[in-house]
Amino acid sequence: MSSPTDSLTADQTHRRTPPLSFEDLPGLMSLQTGDEKHGPAATSTLDVLWVLYDEILDVSAAALDDPARDRFYLSKGHGPMAYYAVLAAKGFFPVDWLAGFGGAHSRLGHHPDRNLVPGVEISSGSLGHGFPLAVGTALGLRAQGVDSRVVCLVGDAELDEGSNAEAMTVAGSFDLSNLTVVVVDNRSSSHGWRGGVGAHFAVEGWIVQRVDGRDHQALAVAMRRTAATVPTLVVAEVEDQS
Amino acid sequence: MRTPSRSTSATSTTATGATATAPTSMREAFGETMSELLDEDLSTVLVLADISRQYFRQAEAEHPERVINVGIREQLLVNVGAGLALSGLRPVVHTFSTFLVERAFEQIKLGFGHQDVGGVLVSVGGSYDVSSGGRTHQGPGDVALVDTLPDFDIHVPGHPVEARRLLRDAVAGDGRVYLRLTEDSNAQARPTGSMSVERRGARGSVIAVGPTLDSVLTATEGLDVTVLYASTIRPFDAATLTRTLGFADVILVEPYAVGTSAWHVSQALRHVPHRLLSLGVPRAELRSYGSPRDHQRAHDLDAAGLRRSITDFLDADTAAR
Repeated sequence: MSSPTDSLTADQTHRRTPPLSFEDLPGLMSLQTGDEKHGPAATSTLDVLWVLYDEILDVSAAALDDPARDRFYLSKGHGPMAYYAVLAAKGFFPVDWLAGFGGAHSRLGHHPDRNLVPGVEISSGSLGHGFPLAVGTALGLRAQGVDSRVVCLVGDAELDEGSNAEAMTVAGSFDLSNLTVVVVDNRSSSHGWRGGVGAHFAVEGWIVQRVDGRDHQALAVAMRRTAATVPTLVVAEVEDQS
Repeated sequence: MRTPSRSTSATSTTATGATATAPTSMREAFGETMSELLDEDLSTVLVLADISRQYFRQAEAEHPERVINVGIREQLLVNVGAGLALSGLRPVVHTFSTFLVERAFEQIKLGFGHQDVGGVLVSVGGSYDVSSGGRTHQGPGDVALVDTLPDFDIHVPGHPVEARRLLRDAVAGDGRVYLRLTEDSNAQARPTGSMSVERRGARGSVIAVGPTLDSVLTATEGLDVTVLYASTIRPFDAATLTRTLGFADVILVEPYAVGTSAWHVSQALRHVPHRLLSLGVPRAELRSYGSPRDHQRAHDLDAAGLRRSITDFLDADTAAR
């Protein structure tokens, strides 16, 4: 696992040309300012996002409209700095967009908008929408015989929203094997999940894997794994929100 | 908005000639025509939440991946529709007006609107088709709610044949459409599209929306007024209103929340001194059961009530002058 301590400074990163590496991400994140509230949430997702775009998803800036591309839906939409950093590092938009984060003339808001940012598949921010959208897209790809994956990232507290329960049950019932949900679990849900988040998905027929949300190799193995007939859940455990 | 590639058939009948006989209700028309569309166009997908499933047993068997029933889950219903649109399909999303628009409003706003994808939302139940079911099953605010969102066409057909035509046109397009189906309907179908001119008069213009037309025609018998009919209320056909306007007294009759389209009339006549009377379902909750007719009567939306309101309005102006 890479350490962010030897990262480039923001200034150095700014001048680099994508594709960049994981070590560049802290520098890319520091280019974005003004979203203090979502700081912890942003870093909790950093490793998952990097592994997804670096190793898992079959998607690239050159094939944004390819119907057969893999889809990534950032359901919670909170703390998007890590997301923007990864997309910039992978060349979906210019690195110099990052500096304007949240500004009146920036395409990068405190919650992402698919109509403004190349590579962003859904506009999110209001909790509990991305997962149900992902279920719809997984059903749509299957109906069209498109053999690509839908990966959706949610937070453990986001799962408080009841709309996710609707999505979880139906995805299990519809055997949506092309759907992977990654829960970044920092145990920030106010009432918690008895037996752990994964137990609730397991009851609905999902394959459940728990991994260290900072361990790139473990994340890659877990997110690569799918089953023939059921959806996959990866619980990526990170430090408690404090 | 993404335009899905699809193979739309130009014919409006199936091999079995299913459209030859007129459907007896808008909901039946929806069942028949939607099933035909699923046969004809591989990019069409129907999402249900248990409601009206009885109309789609055959379609479900024939197209198991394009007839999706999510159970009693309206939030998921709407966002699955939007997710299907994101995958390139043309979704039709259906349940009662209350659950579709009111319960899942944020899903419509964000799933379809904010994502900027197309889809067709089809409701049944209207304002009080299920009057005996009480307030939980009454949705007079649906059109006003959808009207807060940008780029939604809103159709309020007044006859099953209109419903069929509007559904076909909606599915063939790629925009966002709300199609409001009701049990109440007029005796005869009218052309869809721009407002039709049902009657010409000099004393003012009455706009009858959807299934209110027959009552409006009865109510205005012998009055010297123009009667316009609209089965499409968004976009609002300001051109026909202004083109046919004689004396600038306008009476707007809508089968849902009173005044829902008043701002469009005001906008259309912003340079013309005018008077406007809005008639429709009041905000106050009617805590009684009974039939839809009982509710129409209670809201003065039956022919007798409409005539009272309309003549009072016209007479008040005459008295003032």
